[in-house]
This record gives sequence, structure tokens and C-alpha cells, in this order.
Amino acid sequence: MKKKHDWNIKSKHILVVMILVCISLMLLTFAGKFPAAPVRKAASYAVVPFQNGINKVGTALSDMTSGFRNKKKLVEENKKLQSKVDELTAENSRLTQSISELDRLKKLYDLDKEYSEYDKVGAEVISKNSGNWFSTFTINKGSDDGIQKDCNVIAGSGLVGIVTEVGKNWATVRSIIDDTSNVGAMTMTTSDTCIVSGDMRLIDEGKLQFIHLKDQDDKIQEGEKIVTSAVSDKFLKGILIGYVSEIEEDPNNLTKTGTLTPAVDFEHLQEVLVIKELKQQKGDS
Amino acid sequence: MRIQRKVVTLLLILICAILQGTLFKALSIGSISPNLLLILTISFGFMRGKKNGIWIGFCCGLLKDLLSDGLLGFYALVYLCIGYAAGCCCKLFYDEELRVPIILTAAGDLVYGGLVYGMQYLMRGRVQFYYYFGRIIIPEMIYTVLMTVLLYRLLFNINKRLTELEMKERDSIWLRK
Repeated sequence: MKKKHDWNIKSKHILVVMILVCISLMLLTFAGKFPAAPVRKAASYAVVPFQNGINKVGTALSDMTSGFRNKKKLVEENKKLQSKVDELTAENSRLTQSISELDRLKKLYDLDKEYSEYDKVGAEVISKNSGNWFSTFTINKGSDDGIQKDCNVIAGSGLVGIVTEVGKNWATVRSIIDDTSNVGAMTMTTSDTCIVSGDMRLIDEGKLQFIHLKDQDDKIQEGEKIVTSAVSDKFLKGILIGYVSEIEEDPNNLTKTGTLTPAVDFEHLQEVLVIKELKQQKGDS
Repeated sequence: MRIQRKVVTLLLILICAILQGTLFKALSIGSISPNLLLILTISFGFMRGKKNGIWIGFCCGLLKDLLSDGLLGFYALVYLCIGYAAGCCCKLFYDEELRVPIILTAAGDLVYGGLVYGMQYLMRGRVQFYYYFGRIIIPEMIYTVLMTVLLYRLLFNINKRLTELEMKERDSIWLRK
């Protein structure tokens, strides 16, 4: 009996019903009535262990292939590196001398709070956004390691992005090159504020866009450092974003726009550091 | 028997969703990776008909929704419509034919790309459609079609095995009566 009843429902009806379900879901999440976060957490709870596992297999494989690299090459490389070490030692001693000067300058720019002062946790990128349209990724650390929503994520010397969602042992990060990302920033020397926004079209060139830069005295040159600004409510102050590569005046003659080269290599991102401190907390204390 | 089929299908969806974010990101060409969930939706929709297309499309889309941020239900809607469209071709062509799912995937991926662009990019004032068309939609379509050529046989065999199992069980129950 039941089977017969099944056959009577036409596929058209199912289609209409499911479309209505989807649209109502969208409207509910848009209105904030539907608790999307717990459902997402449940789904990620099921998927993240697998992603972690596959990632481990991938790392093991790449380790193995690199192990097969022949000896000759390594010896050659070693020689090259040795000469590089000498070169760098010389350079290092030169740089040590200018550290005191740097300290002074940092104080001058009120940027003496270096990232090393923040409490950080290292994490691995285990999965990237499954589509081609957005630049978000998942890392293998979550609330267990003290990561919260809106935590800043850095790698090497520069800003990578911001945590948008947190689970027990995973977190989703939206990188600053994502098309929907906007970061309040400022220039290093003049402290002029601007907005750094990701743009799909510039990703291929490995660049970011900045807009609304007020620079009345034309002081900003190419190569100028752009750091996160003090007025941003989610990003901690003074994290390096990148270097100005092009700059031009807007038609309104008041502000400037241009592109900047990020300090982080987003194409080969594998390990990131998450700063546990939140901007909001810092303001409260 | 029906449960078995459902479990296998759900597992396939899960596997595709996981591989799409991990392995196929590593195999991406020019930072473009293929749309495995779409291949799954279209292949099964085409082999099993409209209703299955709708349900599988819905599950695929919902999982994708859950694993990315944005409006919940958007991908579910896109995928279920594509699954339904693929299901419409079920009775028109033999499912051994490889050409049909290829054409369906190409068309489906174009529609998918167009919808994602229209809803998530155009709405934010990114109007340079031709750039995105040439940079993402077309390469993704080509890569996805290539993957269809490789994967359709596999999915076809899985489906055949499942149907055979079902037939056997149904027969034996019928004979017992």
C-alpha cells in the first residue's frame, strides 16, 4: 500500500516543495531566525576528522617523495646554502646594529607592541573552500585551543585573515584576499587610513586592492608598508598586510586607490598562527 | 534494499564533498578545481530519474551550504534544480551513453557558475561578467567535464551493482510469497 502511495506523488510536486523549503531556509538564515551555526558545527564535526586524515596522508606522501630526492642534488643544495649562510651571517651582523634604531622608530610609530607579545597558537590548513569563488579555509585547531570567532590569523610576517566560525577542533578562516573581505588599514609612515579589500580579479596577480586612502601631501610611495589600523574593530593594530605596488588618485581628488602586494604567500599556505587575543577584549580591559 | 542504496549514496556524497575540499584542491589547475558534487548530482539524476535527482541534489547542496559560509539553502536550491533537470533526461536516453552526462555536466556547470556569480558577486556590484566567465566559469566547466569522463563509468558501475542487488532481493521476496 505504502509503495503505491509513493508512486502517486509526482516529481514536479517534490520539486516545488523542495524549492520552497530551500527558499524559506535562505530567508530564515538571512533574517537570523534559523540557528545555522549549530547545524554547521554538527556537519563539520562529521567531516573534519576525514579532512584531517586525508591531509595527513598528503603530507606523508609529499614527505616520501622529497625523501627520494637524490643525494647529488642535496649535496649541491648544501653547498649553495652554505654560501648563503655566510652571506646571511654577514648581513645579520649588519642588521643587529640597526636594531636599536628600529626600536626607537617603532616607539615613534607607536607600534612597539610586536606580534610576539600576543598569545598565539599554530594550526595547519586542512581543507579549502570547495568552490572556486571564495578563499576561505579550515584549520585543525578550534575552541579546545582557545580560538574564538574574530581571532586574527597570521602567517610568517603578515596578516592572513580572520576566524569566522569555530568548532571543537576546527575553525574556518576567511582570508583577506577573499572577494568579500574588507580590512581597515593604515600606512606605516603617515598613519593615513584606508580600506584593504580582496578582489577576485587581483588574486591571479597575487595582489590586493586598497581604497579610500587619504594622502593629501602625496607622501605615499610604492613600497610603503600597509598595516592594520587602530580604528578597525576586529583586527589588532599594527599587523603587516603588505606593500603598496601601485597607487593612483581617485577622480574626486581627495582619496587614492591602488593595489598592494600581500606579505603572505596565499597560494602555498600550509601553516598559520592564530592570535588568541581579541581586539574587543583588549579594549575592555 | 532501499536503505542500502540510500546509505551508499549518502556515503558517496560525503566522500565527494571531502575530496573536493582537500585532494582536488591540491590537484587544482590555475587555482580551479572541479565540481565533484555536481558530477554526482547529474550522473545519479540522469541514471535514476527526477525524484532521485532532486533528493541527491538537495543533499549535495545542503552539505556544501553547511561546509561554507553564506546563505543556508542557496546551493541546495541550485543543485536540486540541476538534479531535476538531469532527471528529465533519464527516460530520453540510455544511461550507457557517455555523451549525455558530459553535455549535461557542461550545461549544469555553466548554470551553476552563472547563478553563483549572479547571487554572490553581482549583488555586491562586481559587474565584469566576462572576466569571471573566462577566469572561473569556463575553466571549471572544462575541468568538471574532464572529471565526468573519468568518473561516470565508476558511478555507472556502482549504480548498476546497487540496482542488481535490489532486483535480486525483490525477486527473492516475491518468490518466497
